[in-house]
Amino acid sequence: MSEPPGREMSGYGGYGRGAPSPYRRTESANLADILERVLDKGIVIAGDIQVNLLDIELLTIKLRLVIVSVDRAKEMGIDWWEHDPTLSSGHRDMVEENRRLRDRIADLEAGTDDYQEEVEEYYEEDRRE
Amino acid sequence: MSDVQAPGSGFYVYGVTRGLTGEEVGDVRGVSGAPVRLIEKDGLTALASEVSLSEFGEAALRENLEDIEWLESTARAHHAVVDAVSDGAATVPLGLVTVYRSEERVREALGARHEEFARALDRVTGRTEWGVKVYADVKQPEAAAPAGKEAPSRPGTSYLQRRLVQRNTAEEERRRVLDVAEYIHCQLRDLAVATRLHRPQDPQLSGEQGWMLLNAAYLVDDTRVEEFGDAVKHLTRLDPDVRVRLTGPWAPYSFATEEEPEEEVEEAWQGS
Repeated sequence: MSEPPGREMSGYGGYGRGAPSPYRRTESANLADILERVLDKGIVIAGDIQVNLLDIELLTIKLRLVIVSVDRAKEMGIDWWEHDPTLSSGHRDMVEENRRLRDRIADLEAGTDDYQEEVEEYYEEDRRE
Repeated sequence: MSDVQAPGSGFYVYGVTRGLTGEEVGDVRGVSGAPVRLIEKDGLTALASEVSLSEFGEAALRENLEDIEWLESTARAHHAVVDAVSDGAATVPLGLVTVYRSEERVREALGARHEEFARALDRVTGRTEWGVKVYADVKQPEAAAPAGKEAPSRPGTSYLQRRLVQRNTAEEERRRVLDVAEYIHCQLRDLAVATRLHRPQDPQLSGEQGWMLLNAAYLVDDTRVEEFGDAVKHLTRLDPDVRVRLTGPWAPYSFATEEEPEEEVEEAWQGS
Protein backbone atom coordinates (compact mmCIF):
# COMPACT_ATOMS: atom_id res chain seq x y z
CA MET A 1 0.00 0.00 0.00
CA SER A 2 1.41 3.34 -0.91
CA GLU A 3 0.93 6.33 1.31
CA PRO A 4 -2.04 8.48 0.45
CA PRO A 5 -0.96 11.48 -1.65
CA GLY A 6 -1.54 13.94 1.19
CA ARG A 7 1.07 12.21 3.30
CA GLU A 8 3.85 12.19 0.78
CA MET A 9 6.99 13.93 1.81
CA SER A 10 6.77 17.08 -0.19
CA GLY A 11 6.09 20.71 0.41
CA TYR A 12 7.33 21.21 3.91
CA GLY A 13 5.95 24.55 4.83
CA GLY A 14 6.39 26.62 7.91
CA TYR A 15 3.56 24.99 9.78
CA GLY A 16 4.29 25.35 13.43
CA ARG A 17 1.63 24.85 16.03
CA GLY A 18 -1.67 26.23 14.92
CA ALA A 19 -0.73 26.48 11.27
CA PRO A 20 -2.67 24.11 9.04
CA SER A 21 -0.57 21.09 8.26
CA PRO A 22 -0.86 18.97 5.16
CA TYR A 23 -0.21 15.87 7.24
CA ARG A 24 -2.85 16.03 9.87
CA ARG A 25 -5.27 13.77 8.13
CA THR A 26 -6.85 11.52 10.62
CA GLU A 27 -8.89 9.54 8.15
CA SER A 28 -5.94 8.50 6.09
CA ALA A 29 -3.59 7.68 8.94
CA ASN A 30 -2.44 4.10 8.76
CA LEU A 31 -4.29 1.82 11.20
CA ALA A 32 -1.02 0.29 12.34
CA ASP A 33 0.36 3.74 13.19
CA ILE A 34 -2.76 4.64 15.13
CA LEU A 35 -3.02 1.35 16.99
CA GLU A 36 0.60 1.30 18.05
CA ARG A 37 0.04 4.72 19.57
CA VAL A 38 -3.41 4.47 21.14
CA LEU A 39 -2.91 0.91 22.38
CA ASP A 40 0.70 0.99 23.45
CA LYS A 41 1.41 4.64 24.19
CA GLY A 42 -0.26 7.54 25.93
CA ILE A 43 -0.68 7.76 29.67
CA VAL A 44 -2.30 4.62 30.94
CA ILE A 45 -4.44 5.23 34.00
CA ALA A 46 -7.00 2.95 35.56
CA GLY A 47 -10.48 4.26 34.92
CA ASP A 48 -13.55 2.99 36.71
CA ILE A 49 -14.00 0.31 34.09
CA GLN A 50 -11.54 -2.54 34.12
CA VAL A 51 -10.14 -3.27 30.68
CA ASN A 52 -7.64 -5.72 29.42
CA LEU A 53 -6.20 -4.16 26.35
CA LEU A 54 -4.54 -6.51 23.98
CA ASP A 55 -0.87 -5.84 23.60
CA ILE A 56 -0.21 -4.62 20.07
CA GLU A 57 1.95 -7.65 19.42
CA LEU A 58 -0.75 -10.05 20.50
CA LEU A 59 -3.22 -8.08 18.48
CA THR A 60 -1.24 -8.40 15.30
CA ILE A 61 -0.94 -12.13 15.80
CA LYS A 62 -4.69 -12.31 16.21
CA LEU A 63 -5.22 -10.10 13.21
CA ARG A 64 -2.98 -12.24 11.14
CA LEU A 65 -5.39 -15.07 11.77
CA VAL A 66 -8.40 -12.95 10.89
CA ILE A 67 -7.05 -11.08 7.90
CA VAL A 68 -5.29 -13.92 6.11
CA SER A 69 -7.28 -14.31 2.94
CA VAL A 70 -7.74 -17.51 1.01
CA ASP A 71 -5.23 -16.41 -1.62
CA ARG A 72 -2.69 -15.49 0.98
CA ALA A 73 -3.27 -18.78 2.75
CA LYS A 74 -2.58 -20.60 -0.52
CA GLU A 75 0.62 -18.63 -0.95
CA MET A 76 1.63 -19.76 2.48
CA GLY A 77 0.92 -23.33 1.49
CA ILE A 78 -2.25 -23.64 3.49
CA ASP A 79 -4.62 -25.44 1.16
CA TRP A 80 -5.82 -28.37 3.18
CA TRP A 81 -9.42 -27.83 2.14
CA GLU A 82 -8.51 -28.69 -1.43
CA HIS A 83 -7.39 -32.11 -0.29
CA ASP A 84 -10.13 -32.68 2.22
CA PRO A 85 -12.55 -35.04 0.44
CA THR A 86 -15.52 -33.72 2.38
CA LEU A 87 -14.89 -30.22 1.01
CA SER A 88 -13.68 -30.73 -2.53
CA SER A 89 -16.02 -30.80 -5.49
CA GLY A 90 -14.50 -34.03 -6.78
CA HIS A 91 -15.79 -35.76 -3.74
CA ARG A 92 -19.32 -34.58 -4.29
CA ASP A 93 -19.25 -36.34 -7.69
CA MET A 94 -18.05 -39.45 -5.95
CA VAL A 95 -20.90 -39.26 -3.48
CA GLU A 96 -23.32 -38.97 -6.37
CA GLU A 97 -21.67 -41.88 -8.13
CA ASN A 98 -21.86 -44.00 -4.98
CA ARG A 99 -25.50 -43.15 -4.53
CA ARG A 100 -26.31 -44.26 -8.10
CA LEU A 101 -24.36 -47.46 -7.67
CA ARG A 102 -26.09 -48.25 -4.37
CA ASP A 103 -29.51 -47.62 -5.94
CA ARG A 104 -28.66 -49.94 -8.78
CA ILE A 105 -27.55 -52.72 -6.43
CA ALA A 106 -30.74 -52.29 -4.41
CA ASP A 107 -32.80 -52.42 -7.60
CA LEU A 108 -31.00 -55.56 -8.73
CA GLU A 109 -31.47 -57.24 -5.36
CA ALA A 110 -35.16 -56.34 -5.33
CA GLY A 111 -35.48 -57.60 -8.84
CA THR A 112 -36.90 -54.32 -9.98
CA ASP A 113 -33.99 -53.34 -12.07
CA ASP A 114 -35.08 -51.83 -15.37
CA TYR A 115 -32.75 -54.08 -17.26
CA GLN A 116 -34.10 -57.15 -15.48
CA GLU A 117 -37.65 -56.09 -16.33
CA GLU A 118 -36.75 -55.64 -19.93
CA VAL A 119 -35.22 -59.11 -20.06
CA GLU A 120 -38.27 -60.68 -18.43
CA GLU A 121 -40.60 -58.86 -20.77
CA TYR A 122 -38.52 -60.09 -23.69
CA TYR A 123 -38.78 -63.71 -22.55
CA GLU A 124 -42.48 -63.36 -21.90
CA GLU A 125 -43.09 -62.05 -25.40
CA ASP A 126 -40.89 -64.87 -26.66
CA ARG A 127 -43.01 -67.47 -24.87
CA ARG A 128 -46.25 -66.00 -26.25
CA GLU A 129 -45.03 -66.21 -29.77
CA MET B 1 -21.44 20.69 30.65
CA SER B 2 -24.67 21.22 32.45
CA ASP B 3 -26.00 18.18 30.64
CA VAL B 4 -27.50 15.56 32.86
CA GLN B 5 -25.73 12.24 32.65
CA ALA B 6 -27.90 9.54 31.14
CA PRO B 7 -28.46 6.45 33.29
CA GLY B 8 -26.14 3.56 32.43
CA SER B 9 -23.54 5.87 30.94
CA GLY B 10 -19.96 6.79 31.69
CA PHE B 11 -17.29 9.15 30.46
CA TYR B 12 -14.66 8.14 28.00
CA VAL B 13 -11.53 10.28 28.44
CA TYR B 14 -9.32 10.82 25.39
CA GLY B 15 -6.61 12.95 26.83
CA VAL B 16 -5.67 15.83 29.07
CA THR B 17 -4.95 19.28 27.78
CA ARG B 18 -4.07 22.74 28.97
CA GLY B 19 -4.62 26.22 27.59
CA LEU B 20 -7.59 25.47 25.36
CA THR B 21 -9.14 28.44 23.67
CA GLY B 22 -12.31 26.50 23.07
CA GLU B 23 -12.08 26.52 19.30
CA GLU B 24 -9.96 23.40 19.07
CA VAL B 25 -12.75 20.95 19.79
CA GLY B 26 -14.95 22.34 17.06
CA ASP B 27 -17.37 19.77 15.78
CA VAL B 28 -15.09 16.78 16.25
CA ARG B 29 -16.99 13.75 17.49
CA GLY B 30 -15.79 11.09 19.85
CA VAL B 31 -16.61 7.40 20.06
CA SER B 32 -20.18 6.50 19.11
CA GLY B 33 -20.38 9.91 17.42
CA ALA B 34 -20.85 11.67 20.76
CA PRO B 35 -19.87 15.34 21.15
CA VAL B 36 -16.70 16.07 23.10
CA ARG B 37 -17.10 17.49 26.59
CA LEU B 38 -14.49 19.45 28.47
CA ILE B 39 -14.15 18.52 32.13
CA GLU B 40 -11.91 20.91 34.06
CA LYS B 41 -9.99 20.80 37.30
CA ASP B 42 -7.23 23.14 38.49
CA GLY B 43 -6.16 24.34 35.06
CA LEU B 44 -6.24 20.92 33.42
CA THR B 45 -8.94 19.89 30.99
CA ALA B 46 -10.01 16.33 30.29
CA LEU B 47 -11.33 15.69 26.80
CA ALA B 48 -14.24 13.37 27.34
CA SER B 49 -17.50 12.18 25.88
CA GLU B 50 -20.43 10.31 27.29
CA VAL B 51 -20.59 6.63 26.40
CA SER B 52 -23.09 3.92 27.10
CA LEU B 53 -21.87 1.27 29.51
CA SER B 54 -23.74 -1.26 27.43
CA GLU B 55 -20.91 -0.72 24.94
CA PHE B 56 -18.11 0.41 27.25
CA GLY B 57 -18.85 -1.56 30.40
CA GLU B 58 -16.53 -4.35 31.50
CA ALA B 59 -18.48 -7.25 30.02
CA ALA B 60 -19.11 -5.45 26.73
CA LEU B 61 -15.49 -4.40 26.40
CA ARG B 62 -14.25 -7.93 26.80
CA GLU B 63 -16.15 -8.79 23.65
CA ASN B 64 -15.72 -5.54 21.77
CA LEU B 65 -11.95 -5.42 22.13
CA GLU B 66 -11.81 -8.74 20.30
CA ASP B 67 -13.74 -7.26 17.41
CA ILE B 68 -11.26 -5.72 15.03
CA GLU B 69 -13.81 -3.45 13.36
CA TRP B 70 -14.99 -2.11 16.69
CA LEU B 71 -11.39 -1.67 17.76
CA GLU B 72 -10.53 0.18 14.57
CA SER B 73 -13.44 2.60 14.75
CA THR B 74 -12.82 3.23 18.45
CA ALA B 75 -9.11 3.79 17.88
CA ARG B 76 -9.83 6.17 15.01
CA ALA B 77 -12.40 8.11 17.04
CA HIS B 78 -9.97 8.30 19.97
CA HIS B 79 -7.27 9.55 17.65
CA ALA B 80 -9.58 12.05 15.92
CA VAL B 81 -10.35 13.84 19.21
CA VAL B 82 -6.73 13.89 20.38
CA ASP B 83 -5.54 14.96 16.94
CA ALA B 84 -8.02 17.82 16.60
CA VAL B 85 -7.23 19.31 19.99
CA SER B 86 -3.48 18.77 20.02
CA ASP B 87 -3.22 20.87 16.90
CA GLY B 88 -4.02 23.94 18.94
CA ALA B 89 -3.14 23.16 22.55
CA ALA B 90 -0.62 20.91 24.27
CA THR B 91 -2.34 17.58 24.80
CA VAL B 92 -1.33 14.36 26.49
CA PRO B 93 -3.22 11.39 25.09
CA LEU B 94 -4.54 8.71 27.41
CA GLY B 95 -4.53 5.04 26.53
CA LEU B 96 -7.48 3.62 24.62
CA VAL B 97 -10.72 3.04 26.54
CA THR B 98 -10.21 4.99 29.76
CA VAL B 99 -13.73 5.21 31.15
CA TYR B 100 -15.08 6.78 34.36
CA ARG B 101 -18.53 6.47 35.83
CA SER B 102 -19.17 10.20 36.18
CA GLU B 103 -17.81 13.66 35.49
CA GLU B 104 -16.98 13.90 39.16
CA ARG B 105 -14.80 10.77 38.92
CA VAL B 106 -12.96 12.32 35.94
CA ARG B 107 -12.31 15.44 38.04
CA GLU B 108 -11.01 13.30 40.87
CA ALA B 109 -8.59 11.58 38.49
CA LEU B 110 -7.39 14.95 37.19
CA GLY B 111 -6.81 16.12 40.75
CA ALA B 112 -5.09 12.94 41.90
CA ARG B 113 -2.67 12.97 38.98
CA HIS B 114 -2.30 16.68 38.55
CA GLU B 115 1.49 16.62 38.91
CA GLU B 116 1.98 13.78 36.45
CA PHE B 117 -0.23 15.43 33.82
CA ALA B 118 1.36 18.84 34.33
CA ARG B 119 4.86 17.39 33.92
CA ALA B 120 3.83 15.51 30.79
CA LEU B 121 2.26 18.65 29.35
CA ASP B 122 5.42 20.65 30.12
CA ARG B 123 7.41 18.04 28.23
CA VAL B 124 5.34 18.23 25.07
CA THR B 125 4.33 21.88 24.93
CA GLY B 126 5.56 23.47 21.72
CA ARG B 127 6.56 20.11 20.31
CA THR B 128 5.06 17.48 18.05
CA GLU B 129 5.72 13.83 17.41
CA TRP B 130 6.88 12.63 14.01
CA GLY B 131 6.97 9.03 12.91
CA VAL B 132 9.73 7.76 10.66
CA LYS B 133 9.67 4.27 9.24
CA VAL B 134 12.48 2.85 7.18
CA TYR B 135 12.04 -0.14 4.88
CA ALA B 136 14.35 -2.10 2.66
CA ASP B 137 13.34 -4.44 -0.10
CA VAL B 138 15.87 -7.08 0.82
CA LYS B 139 15.08 -10.42 2.35
CA GLN B 140 14.80 -10.46 6.09
CA PRO B 141 17.57 -12.33 7.80
CA GLU B 142 16.62 -15.91 8.45
CA ALA B 143 16.75 -17.03 12.03
CA ALA B 144 20.30 -17.23 13.35
CA ALA B 145 22.12 -17.32 10.02
CA PRO B 146 25.71 -18.20 10.92
CA ALA B 147 28.35 -15.65 10.08
CA GLY B 148 30.44 -18.35 8.24
CA LYS B 149 33.55 -16.73 6.83
CA GLU B 150 36.00 -19.45 5.94
CA ALA B 151 34.87 -21.83 3.25
CA PRO B 152 36.54 -25.22 2.91
CA SER B 153 38.98 -25.39 -0.01
CA ARG B 154 38.49 -28.93 -1.28
CA PRO B 155 37.15 -29.21 -4.87
CA GLY B 156 33.94 -31.02 -3.89
CA THR B 157 32.87 -28.12 -1.80
CA SER B 158 32.59 -25.56 -4.61
CA TYR B 159 28.81 -25.75 -4.51
CA LEU B 160 28.83 -25.03 -0.81
CA GLN B 161 31.26 -22.21 -1.38
CA ARG B 162 28.98 -20.70 -3.97
CA ARG B 163 26.09 -20.94 -1.58
CA LEU B 164 28.20 -19.32 1.07
CA VAL B 165 29.14 -16.45 -1.21
CA GLN B 166 25.49 -15.91 -2.09
CA ARG B 167 24.55 -15.93 1.54
CA ASN B 168 27.35 -13.60 2.47
CA THR B 169 26.34 -11.21 -0.27
CA ALA B 170 22.79 -11.19 1.05
CA GLU B 171 24.13 -10.79 4.55
CA GLU B 172 26.31 -7.88 3.47
CA GLU B 173 23.31 -6.29 1.80
CA ARG B 174 21.32 -6.62 4.99
CA ARG B 175 24.14 -5.13 7.03
CA ARG B 176 24.44 -2.29 4.59
CA VAL B 177 20.76 -1.31 4.76
CA LEU B 178 20.82 -1.66 8.56
CA ASP B 179 23.74 0.77 8.60
CA VAL B 180 21.76 3.16 6.43
CA ALA B 181 18.80 2.92 8.81
CA GLU B 182 21.05 3.56 11.78
CA TYR B 183 22.56 6.55 10.05
CA ILE B 184 19.08 7.93 9.33
CA HIS B 185 18.11 7.45 12.97
CA CYS B 186 21.24 9.21 14.23
CA GLN B 187 20.73 12.15 11.89
CA LEU B 188 17.11 12.62 12.95
CA ARG B 189 17.80 12.01 16.62
CA ASP B 190 20.09 15.00 16.58
CA LEU B 191 17.19 17.20 15.48
CA ALA B 192 14.78 15.86 18.08
CA VAL B 193 14.25 16.52 21.75
CA ALA B 194 13.57 12.87 22.42
CA THR B 195 13.09 9.65 20.49
CA ARG B 196 11.26 6.39 21.01
CA LEU B 197 11.77 3.21 19.08
CA HIS B 198 8.60 1.28 18.31
CA ARG B 199 8.43 -2.36 17.42
CA PRO B 200 8.42 -3.13 13.71
CA GLN B 201 4.90 -3.25 12.34
CA ASP B 202 3.13 -6.28 11.07
CA PRO B 203 2.78 -6.01 7.27
CA GLN B 204 -0.82 -7.25 7.60
CA LEU B 205 -1.66 -4.15 9.60
CA SER B 206 0.45 -1.59 7.82
CA GLY B 207 -0.07 -2.93 4.31
CA GLU B 208 3.59 -2.16 3.75
CA GLN B 209 5.79 -4.87 2.33
CA GLY B 210 9.53 -5.04 2.72
CA TRP B 211 11.73 -5.39 5.74
CA MET B 212 11.03 -2.76 8.37
CA LEU B 213 14.40 -1.59 9.59
CA LEU B 214 13.32 1.29 11.77
CA ASN B 215 10.07 2.38 13.35
CA ALA B 216 10.86 5.45 15.37
CA ALA B 217 9.10 8.43 16.85
CA TYR B 218 10.79 11.80 17.29
CA LEU B 219 9.63 14.63 19.51
CA VAL B 220 10.49 17.75 17.59
CA ASP B 221 10.39 21.38 18.69
CA ASP B 222 8.02 23.48 16.61
CA THR B 223 10.97 25.69 15.72
CA ARG B 224 12.83 22.75 14.19
CA VAL B 225 10.00 21.05 12.32
CA GLU B 226 11.04 22.48 9.01
CA GLU B 227 14.62 21.44 9.51
CA PHE B 228 13.48 17.98 10.52
CA GLY B 229 11.31 17.68 7.42
CA ASP B 230 14.17 18.78 5.17
CA ALA B 231 16.44 16.23 6.80
CA VAL B 232 13.96 13.46 6.15
CA LYS B 233 13.60 14.56 2.55
CA HIS B 234 17.34 14.49 2.17
CA LEU B 235 17.67 11.08 3.82
CA THR B 236 14.99 9.67 1.54
CA ARG B 237 17.40 10.05 -1.35
CA LEU B 238 20.26 8.42 0.47
CA ASP B 239 19.92 4.91 -0.86
CA PRO B 240 17.72 3.54 -3.64
CA ASP B 241 17.12 0.29 -1.73
CA VAL B 242 15.94 2.04 1.38
CA ARG B 243 12.52 3.63 1.68
CA VAL B 244 11.77 6.29 4.26
CA ARG B 245 8.22 7.11 5.33
CA LEU B 246 7.38 10.15 7.38
CA THR B 247 4.11 10.54 9.29
CA GLY B 248 2.95 13.37 11.45
CA PRO B 249 2.62 15.64 13.16
CA TRP B 250 1.17 13.35 15.79
CA ALA B 251 -0.02 14.31 19.22
CA PRO B 252 2.83 13.23 21.51
CA TYR B 253 1.52 9.70 22.14
CA SER B 254 4.97 8.17 22.35
CA PHE B 255 6.22 10.83 24.74
CA ALA B 256 3.35 10.99 27.18
CA THR B 257 5.22 8.95 29.74
CA GLU B 258 8.71 9.39 31.05
CA GLU B 259 10.12 6.13 29.81
CA GLU B 260 13.48 5.56 28.21
CA PRO B 261 15.23 8.58 29.71
CA GLU B 262 18.45 7.49 28.04
CA GLU B 263 16.83 8.45 24.76
CA GLU B 264 16.70 12.08 25.76
CA VAL B 265 19.11 13.70 23.39
CA GLU B 266 18.57 17.36 24.11
CA GLU B 267 22.12 17.73 25.35
CA ALA B 268 23.51 15.80 22.42
CA TRP B 269 22.33 18.21 19.77
CA GLN B 270 22.82 21.28 21.87
CA GLY B 271 26.43 20.29 22.34
CA SER B 272 27.08 19.72 18.65
